[in-house]
Amino acid sequence: MTTTTAPPAGAQTGTPHAPGPRRRGKRSPGEGRMAAMLLSPTILVLALVIVYPLLSAVHQSLFRAESGLDADGFVSDVESFVGLANYADLFVGESGRRFLNAFANTTFFTVTTVFLETVLGLCLALAMNRAFRGRSFLRASILVPWAVPTAVSGLLWRWIFQSDGIANNLLGSEILWTAEGNASRVAVIIAEVWKTAPFIGLLVLAGMQVIPGEVYEAARIDGAGWWRQLGSITLPLVKPTLLVAVLFRMLDALRMFDLPFVLIGPGKESVETLSMLAWDESNQLRYGSASAFAVMLFLYVAVVAIVFVKVLGADVTGAKELKLLSKKTARKNRLAASQTQANTEVSDQKKAEATR
Amino acid sequence: MTISDLRNAAADSGATGSGAPEATAAVVPGKTKPKRTWRSYSVYAGLALIFAYCLAPFYWMLVSSLRRTADIFDNTLLPAPFSLENYAKVFDGSTMFGQALLNSLIVAGTTTTFALVLGVFAAYAISRLNFRFKSLILGVIIATSMFPGISVVVPLLRLFTDIGWINTYQAMIVPNLSFAIPLAVWNLTTFMKALPFDLEEAAMIDGCTKWQAFRRVLLPLAAPGVFTTAILTFIHSWNEFIIALSMINDPKIQTATVAISKFTGATEFQAPFGEQMAAGVIVTVPLVIMVLIFQRRIVEGLTAGASK
Amino acid sequence: MRQRRRTWQTLLATTASLTVAAVALTGCGGTATDAKSTPKAAAASFEGKGPINYVSNRDASGAANKTIEEWNAAHPEEKVTFIELPDSADQQRQQLIQNAQIKSDTFSVLNLDVVWTSEFAANKWILPLPADAVPTDKMIPATVNAATYRDSLVGAPYYTDGALFYFRSDLLQAAGIAAPPKTWDEMKTACKAILALPEAAGMSCYTGQFDKNEALTVNFSEAVASAGGTVVDADGKPTVNTPEAKEGLNLLVDGFKDGLFPSDAITYLEEQGRRAFQDGKLVFMRNWPFLHASLSATDGSSKVNGKFNITSIPGTDGPGVSTLGGRSLAISPFTPNKATALEFVKFFTSEEQAQKRLALSSRAPVYASLFEDPAVVAKRPFFPTLLTSLNNAQPRPKVVQYGATTKAIQEEAYAAITGAKDTDTALKDMQAKLTELTK
Repeated sequence: MTTTTAPPAGAQTGTPHAPGPRRRGKRSPGEGRMAAMLLSPTILVLALVIVYPLLSAVHQSLFRAESGLDADGFVSDVESFVGLANYADLFVGESGRRFLNAFANTTFFTVTTVFLETVLGLCLALAMNRAFRGRSFLRASILVPWAVPTAVSGLLWRWIFQSDGIANNLLGSEILWTAEGNASRVAVIIAEVWKTAPFIGLLVLAGMQVIPGEVYEAARIDGAGWWRQLGSITLPLVKPTLLVAVLFRMLDALRMFDLPFVLIGPGKESVETLSMLAWDESNQLRYGSASAFAVMLFLYVAVVAIVFVKVLGADVTGAKELKLLSKKTARKNRLAASQTQANTEVSDQKKAEATR
Repeated sequence: MTISDLRNAAADSGATGSGAPEATAAVVPGKTKPKRTWRSYSVYAGLALIFAYCLAPFYWMLVSSLRRTADIFDNTLLPAPFSLENYAKVFDGSTMFGQALLNSLIVAGTTTTFALVLGVFAAYAISRLNFRFKSLILGVIIATSMFPGISVVVPLLRLFTDIGWINTYQAMIVPNLSFAIPLAVWNLTTFMKALPFDLEEAAMIDGCTKWQAFRRVLLPLAAPGVFTTAILTFIHSWNEFIIALSMINDPKIQTATVAISKFTGATEFQAPFGEQMAAGVIVTVPLVIMVLIFQRRIVEGLTAGASK
Repeated sequence: MRQRRRTWQTLLATTASLTVAAVALTGCGGTATDAKSTPKAAAASFEGKGPINYVSNRDASGAANKTIEEWNAAHPEEKVTFIELPDSADQQRQQLIQNAQIKSDTFSVLNLDVVWTSEFAANKWILPLPADAVPTDKMIPATVNAATYRDSLVGAPYYTDGALFYFRSDLLQAAGIAAPPKTWDEMKTACKAILALPEAAGMSCYTGQFDKNEALTVNFSEAVASAGGTVVDADGKPTVNTPEAKEGLNLLVDGFKDGLFPSDAITYLEEQGRRAFQDGKLVFMRNWPFLHASLSATDGSSKVNGKFNITSIPGTDGPGVSTLGGRSLAISPFTPNKATALEFVKFFTSEEQAQKRLALSSRAPVYASLFEDPAVVAKRPFFPTLLTSLNNAQPRPKVVQYGATTKAIQEEAYAAITGAKDTDTALKDMQAKLTELTK
């Protein structure tokens, strides 16, 4: 920076969480129009690929094919309107038991895998953000699991976990990973976390990269150790990104299908998820109840997402989060600001001297 | 006060992405002085562990792909005897795997481009403009990625058959957007929210239009977010299978994942496992190399702008 | 302010109209109101000539492609295009059903697994064929039966498959056993003698395929049939709650309980069994003919080359009963060029073409005469044994809701062999489920 123009104040303090002079509620007519312009292509595309299939599924879920065959042995092609009967049937008898089992499995897998992925993803991001020789190699290698196609990774893990596969070989065990039972759940979790932790890792890394360095310097001058810095700077500042990453992982995990299907196999109750159940129903040509499963899953995912956004404040619309954060770190920021000011001046002088 | 000053300022504030390894590295927690303590050793041990967890299964894939079909069940850590038979089979003319890779590139590349453009627009609107129904729209956008993928296939197949989209690229690209756009919008919105408004305002005081301020100030600052979103959506659509399988029956347009599913063992009871693993390696490695190159490019672009 | 409102109105209006359009599309989406085309009328007349598509998984040997090339050379105006489906049978069925559901005219000639015949016929997704379409009298009866639904032929048999019993002839000889076992009891006795030999240390007696998969339905049906029972009787009524069925299932249950089978056989499909046998860990195995070639490999990958032989699978009182695998070709009612499709099916499944394919493919033809050709037998020594097996073979349950049926069978049989349920309960539950499905 050889030009001596003073950097603008906002940039210099470098606080990404300073709300700035933003006024809520003041809307100019142009803004709404511009927003509509900017948003309509997105809305249109999504309406095309989702709204129609969704409505189609809701419609289908209210009908049921006549069971039984006619005199010539043909399946009746009449479907009768049954109202909510397909939904009611989800909760009773044998199908109710399967539904609850799949519901429990789905929830269990989502909670465990997303938790492990978050922890591991954070570790990955912290590791990738460090300076050391071979860092870019590490980054590339972390990408590998996410880049392997899901179906192929399902096969790979099936191979690893088969009864005389490499997993049992290395562990010296004789666990039947792909048979019914808890081992199959563990196998699914291991494979799923391997595949998707990089998703969280990469997103969080991007979040870490926009944290200004001054904040850490200031903290260090304050005498904050590694853990303090992690707890009071890194984590709060990557929280918005992390929450979005976790939200998307949850949405994906709740719809988990390919991995248990390929790795353990269809029809194994220990790992049957709601998506697999919906697939199975439509595979048996019971489209009404398959659609009912799909709609129920959609509602479940929606409820989870809403609760997550409300409770944990994965709040991307409002400035609530930002205000809270800026209050928390206000002291540090002030320090950071003054420190940076001093540093910049010194370095500017040095640079100026150097160029001379 | 010029644009490049603004960018300098931005660069100084650390938002260079992986841009300046020195700058970023110096300020990361844990990186004080490289003291030879038990702690630094344990850190490296941790790194090695992460490294191993990510790569060991991939290594197994690589090793399996280099075995002969006859010893595909072996558990030796090196393929013995070493064989390229699976790779030869993958690129055997009848599979058109090269074409399939190209198709995957086209589909994933277009999906990513569209998702980023639309996502950046939408994220800008949501993070920078004031308008009504903001939360509702964000909610609707994310709701679209909640519907189970396997349930959209039949309605879309019917729709695309009616409008003559079967065997076209858009029949894969448009459904892929239903995952890519929500991710892009949500993620970019978080990033743009985190960036200070002052920069753009300063730029506008300097005579930039809103568009210029957005393009020259905001967008470069959000680069790490844009880049990461691009990688994630690209790979996601690169790996998409069920839509591509259902909408395409012409081998000239099918994608790599679909081509892999059509690999056949010598008989119906033999899984073509070796070929599948070889194909897995083939589709994974170029992605990783590409990301490495792009990462460097983007980083260079940023630092070049900053050091003017 | 007004302007903004107008913009939002525009946006909302667009979204709303899209939604309306979507609803409209849903409404005519062919559920309740659609009348399906009447295959009976269509069956009477196979009309329309022109290009068609043949839909199948890939034939790795290239034999099917050769037949198609030959057809295309002779019929330039009625070219056949090979649309390849995934290797997984589940995914093939899914693609076929999806296209039938939307009545797509893309899929003209379908390659169907024998177990899908009833379902596709009953849903009118395939056309009944004219009685003289294929020379059924020259074909193995079981393959024709498998392609028949309610007395009308709906598919042209393409290739077939049956179970073989692989055994270690060297060990049998070492233990002084002259002939391979014909019954389960003989097999157990033979195992006792063989496993006592020092060279058989660490080996297990027998395996089939017991993972929760279609293969379990196959093994269960064979066990029941070999004990003299049936899964579904000739009238399509389930009959698994019988003493014969119980005896059959008990063969498998006791096999695990008594350590006759390796304990990880519960995760075995065809390939895992092959590997165990090939590595010399098993004395006996039930499997398909395909692995004869890899077991005989001389490149060092097989430890049992020259040390094994084949016979029919064992039963309770005499030789057992194999189930039938294989494929047949069927014609979609939604293709406009039905005359071409029928001609192509006749050409493809003719004895002449079947014989030509034998040069490349190891798939078993449906023409009995081809099994006895000395030139063929020289290349495929298992053919005579396979023919015996096929002549006794029983189809798997011929039911319309095959998907649900096989799932019910797998569920209960798996519960029994893992010990989660006792045999009686499992069979009682299976009977109840199957009764519900075949109502």
